[in-house]
Amino acid sequence: MAGAVTERAYQGRVHEESRRLMTAWMGELGRAEAEKRVTGAIMISGNCVELLRACHVLPMFPEVTALQNAIRHKSLPLILKAEQVGYSSDNCAYVKADVGLVLEGGFGPGKALPFPNVIVCNYVGCNVYVKWFEHLADISGGKLFMLDVPFARTDAPSADDIRYVVRQLEELIQLCESMTGRRFDIDELREVLALSARAQDGYARCKHLTKHHPAPFDSYFDSINMMGPINVLRGTPEAAAFFDAAVAEFEGLVARRLGPLSEERFRTVIEGPPPYPFYKSFRNLFTKWGAVAVQSTYSTVGGIWEFGFRHDPRRPLESIAEQMLRENLTNRSIVARYAQIRRYVEDWQADALVIHSIKSCRLFSAGQGDMREYFIKDLGVPTLLVESDLEDPRYYAEAQIRNRVDAFFEALEHKKLVATR
Amino acid sequence: MTPEILVAQYRDLIAEPLSAVVERWKRDHPGGRAIASYPVWAPNEVIHAAGMLPLSLLGGGTSVELTHADARFQSFVCSIAKSTLELGFQGRLAGVDGLVFSNICDVARNLGSIYKRNFPDTFVEYLHLPQNSTSASVVPYLASELRRLAAGFAAAFDLKVTESALAEAIDAYDALRARIRALYALRIAEPQKLATTELYTILRAATLLPVGEATAALDTLLAAFAARDARPRDRLRVVVEGAFCEQPPLGLLEVLEEAGCYVVEDDLLLGWRWFTADVGGDGDPFERLAWAYVNRAVPSSTRHESREHRSVGLIEKVRRGRADAVVFMPAKFCEPALFDYVLMKQGLERAGVPHMLVEFEEKMWTFERTRNEIETFVESMLFD
Ligand code: SF4
Ligand code: SF4
Repeated sequence: MAGAVTERAYQGRVHEESRRLMTAWMGELGRAEAEKRVTGAIMISGNCVELLRACHVLPMFPEVTALQNAIRHKSLPLILKAEQVGYSSDNCAYVKADVGLVLEGGFGPGKALPFPNVIVCNYVGCNVYVKWFEHLADISGGKLFMLDVPFARTDAPSADDIRYVVRQLEELIQLCESMTGRRFDIDELREVLALSARAQDGYARCKHLTKHHPAPFDSYFDSINMMGPINVLRGTPEAAAFFDAAVAEFEGLVARRLGPLSEERFRTVIEGPPPYPFYKSFRNLFTKWGAVAVQSTYSTVGGIWEFGFRHDPRRPLESIAEQMLRENLTNRSIVARYAQIRRYVEDWQADALVIHSIKSCRLFSAGQGDMREYFIKDLGVPTLLVESDLEDPRYYAEAQIRNRVDAFFEALEHKKLVATR
Repeated sequence: MTPEILVAQYRDLIAEPLSAVVERWKRDHPGGRAIASYPVWAPNEVIHAAGMLPLSLLGGGTSVELTHADARFQSFVCSIAKSTLELGFQGRLAGVDGLVFSNICDVARNLGSIYKRNFPDTFVEYLHLPQNSTSASVVPYLASELRRLAAGFAAAFDLKVTESALAEAIDAYDALRARIRALYALRIAEPQKLATTELYTILRAATLLPVGEATAALDTLLAAFAARDARPRDRLRVVVEGAFCEQPPLGLLEVLEEAGCYVVEDDLLLGWRWFTADVGGDGDPFERLAWAYVNRAVPSSTRHESREHRSVGLIEKVRRGRADAVVFMPAKFCEPALFDYVLMKQGLERAGVPHMLVEFEEKMWTFERTRNEIETFVESMLFD
């Protein structure tokens, strides 16, 4: 291997601003009980946060809580707590970490994280969501609303699918009105959607900037800074402004030909969620090889914005329905994801695909061996598959993963050398 | 023919690959087509109304060695998903014209599309069955989904589903389900007359027979079992819960009975007895079927019901079956069963119903440890 590659240790405004905005949101949640604000739990995938916002329901995201605890290395005791009361070691650990937090007394009435008043299960692909929110409703006594979004199984969402989701959105509005005591104003929703579309525009532009060589940021490891604002804070002026600033910052890096590493040797696409308990060490495995993710599927769980879809304030409920039905990763089949990844590999000029297969999430992972077959055998794309978990540190075998990553990039480097001779 | 002989024949039938079942049926029905559905529920009525043979697609059981599928599905995925894909690779679904999957879990969801990618010539349909049980729009939505399935048959096979054919199919399956309910009622009343291994074998065979033939056979069997001479034994009456998708090996059901249990209720092959009463009604048959799916469904771990807590249906089964305990029997790695286990167990504890947990895999072949655990549980209950 040639000279060592290092991280530029660039944090930049994007990182700081994201942290500031997310902390402010957590603060709002912490004050919600005292301020008698209605809170609503919702899932990240293909969410309709704009609707809650327009209904004056403060959104909360159990997945964000789970991932924050994992990043802070707090997830294992919480998972074990949940397993003690009967959760299986084979169940999605996101759920267990959140249940464990309740059992530990860190989530509930009077805590920094209050129980939600309404529990909106946006069932967008993930079947575990249904279970998770049933359990959350059982524990918290919050009102559960099942927002059933038909899975993508036709070329485009049918009129029947859209009608079904829109009708449920109307029923959700009625429920929110009854909880907040405020009348819903469709024009307010249009304003929220316009702000949302601006954030979507910015996020999409950032993601297209990684087509440059070098890519100005890592579209897997650094995208996390943008995923909070795009998935949680969408529809606020702050999120829209955040992405305007992010675009400017990344454009500046492109102009100066700066990327996240001292040198970009390999361009990868990464599929699957990250191992949050070992975020930094996992990243280091790739840094060492000068491997930068120029695209990732995980960054599209909330919505796929880089291919042009935007919420349309002129068709508020319909466009929310369309986004939930189709314009996100989780409501599409795994094989449809192959096409998304293929486009990433081709248009972003990636050298390789890295699949991070995680035990918790069958939605992402079940069948990734087939994905690997497709990319290696049908397309000839060098593909690495490693396994661990996004929440449960017990499944992260550092030495084993390192060996596989090293062997993979060594082979890739060799291939490059041969090709340039 | 005695019921014992018929059950023995059915044991052979359910051990056959679907390709053999279909080949035999197609010999008698030249030009006929067959559609197999993955658990839990599929609208067999629509398949039947299109003039095709509806079948169950229940994985490879103990018979299939994985040679291709384990490279595609990881170690943490349930066995039925892998073995179902393997059936395709090994040609054991030859002659089956189409497969139907639905949104029971994330694994089944991925399996449907991966199957299609690997076998592009097979008709594969994925149904999104509603999880909202109360919206004003849910019945029209599901009716549209059933019509979409029918339209898929028309496009792929040039087979139309007329309203009158669908109405007749609903009647035919209502008749079959009524017989199944009667068998279940008989087992509750006199479990000594009908072993669960027998009931399961019969029911599973019914998922491989034309509906009329299955109904007639069940009539015969019902009469024969009711007339059986058998003395009640001192056994623990249990409800088995969690085995709604991957199939427990027959040996496991045998062990459960040998260890001293009467299974009086269960969720085996649930999709084939999905409705608590006849679909019935009149008017648009697509709407009727959809309405019944939402409003007359048995409790199931794969369907959200916002009108009652997870444990209510199970407690009702305990009450109806006059059961002493519940044996949770989830397949290894089965996400919906394992999640529901927690809420159901808590509900049972509140209601004072004892329970135990027995995980299984379709390919499990030694049962000694399980036998010991069940025996200990039974003894602790019977001699308490
Ligand atoms: S299964 Fe995957 S998408 Fe679903 S809650 Fe778990 S981690 Fe999230
Ligand atoms: S056994 Fe469970 S996890 Fe596996 S396909 Fe069936 S329902 Fe899904």
